Order: sequence, then structure tokens, then C-alpha cells
Amino acid sequence: MRVLPYGARAAMVDFDDPSEVLGLHASLEQDPPDGVVELVPAARTLLVRFDPGRTHHDRLAGAILDRSTVDVSPREAAEIVVPVRYDGPDLAEVAAAAGMSAEAVVRRHEDGVYVSAFCGFAPGFAYLTGLDPALHLPRRSSPRTRVPAGSVAIAGEYTAVYPHSSPGGWRLIGRTTLPVWDVEREPPNLLTPGTRIRFTS
Amino acid sequence: MTAKIEVVHPGVFATVQDLGRPGLAAIGVGRSGAADRGSLRLANRLVGNPEGHAALEVVLGGLVLRFSAPATVAVTGAPCSITVSGRAAGPCSPIAVGPGDELVLGMAARGLRCYVAVRGGIAVPAVLGARATDTLGKLGPPALSAGMTLPVGHRVLDHPGVDLAPRAALPDEPVLRVTPGPRVSWFVPGTLSTLVSSPFTATADVDRVGVRLEGPELARAREGELPPEAAVPGALQIPPSGQPILFLADHPVTGGYPVLAVVDEADLDLAAQIRPGQRVRFRYS
Repeated sequence: MRVLPYGARAAMVDFDDPSEVLGLHASLEQDPPDGVVELVPAARTLLVRFDPGRTHHDRLAGAILDRSTVDVSPREAAEIVVPVRYDGPDLAEVAAAAGMSAEAVVRRHEDGVYVSAFCGFAPGFAYLTGLDPALHLPRRSSPRTRVPAGSVAIAGEYTAVYPHSSPGGWRLIGRTTLPVWDVEREPPNLLTPGTRIRFTS
Repeated sequence: MTAKIEVVHPGVFATVQDLGRPGLAAIGVGRSGAADRGSLRLANRLVGNPEGHAALEVVLGGLVLRFSAPATVAVTGAPCSITVSGRAAGPCSPIAVGPGDELVLGMAARGLRCYVAVRGGIAVPAVLGARATDTLGKLGPPALSAGMTLPVGHRVLDHPGVDLAPRAALPDEPVLRVTPGPRVSWFVPGTLSTLVSSPFTATADVDRVGVRLEGPELARAREGELPPEAAVPGALQIPPSGQPILFLADHPVTGGYPVLAVVDEADLDLAAQIRPGQRVRFRYS
């Protein structure tokens, strides 16, 4: 891993192996170095925001590079089971592109054990890793202007549940009535980074 | 009795803002809050509010409010004319308004965002701990519209006893201090020097998410996009066009374009006052 400068108040830890992101996140969350104010995981990186009055880049980088990314497991999060009705408008197209039947797509998606890697794009939009490589397909060439809330979708190496209705370019394979995002709930996001997820029809 | 405020005219675009929702980026929620945080804090101090109370952020002015009960307000940020039922009032100063009075902001001749604080704060319901409207994340109250009523909270602090706060004039050509970002290596050698040695111009594409700038091409040394990675306010993200986007309060939590440099937090208030067409310079922090 490398620690890159990110302005005067943050450092970005860049990993070759994306599976290390959650390991370092867990380690820094459970025992934060001095001055750390926020950790933001993403696909191959962990942003570490710090208080420049309490630490500086080089000192923080030293503390980070001393950490193991494998010794601390992400905090025990309950496994979330997401009930899905696999009737998405892109299911047939996904099946054709993956060279298998729609039933096989559903079976492979259901068989996966997923981990929420990071959130982005919109509040509560969690990128879930663990998708069967046979289902790794690019986004739609033309994004939809409106994807309904609860849509279960795939794109690249990720699967996700759209937390709100929004524009979107992912391929829609199903939908769930489980509210993955609710600002009145604590925590508002069911699929926080590190959470394990299964889909079931 | 606390006042209610009727929005008679929202002006160009006005939202409720406070200091936002820091610390929630990991669940996909950005900081949001006032784009010019210093002006929000000052407006609140002038009316005896805690600095983080919710107030109004008004793009360019044009806002008309009617008050149901006596209230104390202050207007900061981009300088604009201020009248209370036709009587002129000054910026950066507590203004007493009476029941039925109309507060009218003219159009700002410089800068982009005015802030209107009301003693007691704008008491719309909080979402995830803040009353700010996140225009990208779609959190918080909707933008102001004609006919909307805004509740005012109860005062919690004594009056500060200040009549007028001094305010630095907004520069014609703001100079924003930058430090290197994480992806300098994605650009041809010398790109940071290009950034700090040439003027850039704000395009018409200026909103709470960011400011799209035009200037010399900040050329990539490599093709392709990054997997999504976290961004911060002030990040200068460079899409394949080579023209930078300066992230402001409602920036996306993660982005896929490489970040070349980051504007210092201390200069973000200045950045939030950049108007379309205005020239901007960067220099090393």
C-alpha cells in the first residue's frame, strides 16, 4: 500500500489488492492514530481525513504503513438478507450477454456472498463485492433517466440496491422491497461498508 | 411568539444551509452545508445564534421574505442592496424587522452567494443531524419556493452587542491556495506548474456541486478512468477534457476522475463566491 497526499487535511491510501481496504479501515477505526477525523473507503483506496492541528501527513503515513491490513477483521456486522424478485428489465439482456439462461443468472446472483465495500454515487448506495465473474458486464451504453428505488442491479464487478429512485446506468435484474436506506433509522444505511449481504428470491 | 417567514420570492436559487453533515461520507453522505461557511457563521453571530444554526443561502440575491412577527436578521456574503419594507438596511449588521415587514435582497454586483440568518435559526426538521439542503444527495428541505413558510427557532444565546462586522472585499480575481492531490502522477510532468501559473475562467457551469473552469489543458499522462475514490471539498478533479472541476459543498462523495490538487479549506469560502465568467488563479499553499 502507498500513502498519497490529498491536500492539507487528508491522505489517500492506495492498494494493489482491493480486499485490503476494509482490513485497514477496520484497523484504523478500532485504534485510530492521533488526529484522524474520518475514514472513507472506496474501490481501491481509503481516504484518511485528519486534523492538521494534531498531526501531519508524514507522521500519519508512518502510522498507517505500520498497520497490518489482515490482522483485524471488520467489526462483526449482522448478515443482511435481501429478498429479491428477479424480474428486472435487463435480466434477459444480461443472460444473453453472459451466455446463459435467465434462471442461471438468478442462481449465480443468489449464490453469491457479498460484502459492502464502500458507498458512493448517492446516500446509501453501497457497492457490493463478490459478484460471480461470469456476471461482470459493463454498464448500459445509455443510462436510464430514472431507476426505481429498490432496484437490484449489476455493473462491472459490483452488485447494488438502488436506495432511492435516481438516474442510473447499471443493469437491472430484480427489485426488493427491503428499505436499504431510511434517514429516520439509526444507522440509516443497512449496507454500511463491511456488512455481509445475501440475496434470496 | 417566534416568527414565521413567508417566502414571497425565492430569487435565483435559495436553500436552507447550516454547517452540514460532516463524518458521514462512508455511508455515501457528503458534508454539504453552506458553500461559504465563514459568511454563514458571521451571519449567525450577528443575530446572536450559535454559528452552526440554519440560515438561508441565496444565489445572487432577489430574495423576498415576509415576517409574521418581530425578528432580527443579518445578511452577509456577496454584497447586495437590502431593504426592509422599502427602508435601506446595511449588510453584516443586525437588522430589526417588524410584523408584516418585507425583507428584499437586490442582486449582488460581486460574489455569488448571500446569507440571511434569523435570530433563532431556520427551524426546519433536521435530516441526519443537519438542516442543510444537499442538492446532489437530495437530503434536507427542498429549495425555497414562493409561498413556502419557514419556521424560526427559539433564541438560545444573548445578543452579541455588535452593530457591524468588518468584512474583506471580495477580490476581482481570487487566488486560491492549493496543495498536491493524490493523482499528480496521472498528469504529464509540469502540470501542477501549469495550474499555478495560468489564469482559469469559471464557465457558466457553477453550482453547489462545483465550479467548472476553463484554461490551459491539464493534460493526462495516462488514459482510462480510476475506480471510484473518495473526494473532499476543494478537490480539483480533471476529466479527460483537461479542464478542472473545483468541488464545492455538495460534491459527490466518490468520483472517478483523478484529483490533481486540492484547494485549502481556508480558501473554500472565496471559491464559493466565484461567479460565472470570473478569472481565478491558483498558487502553492
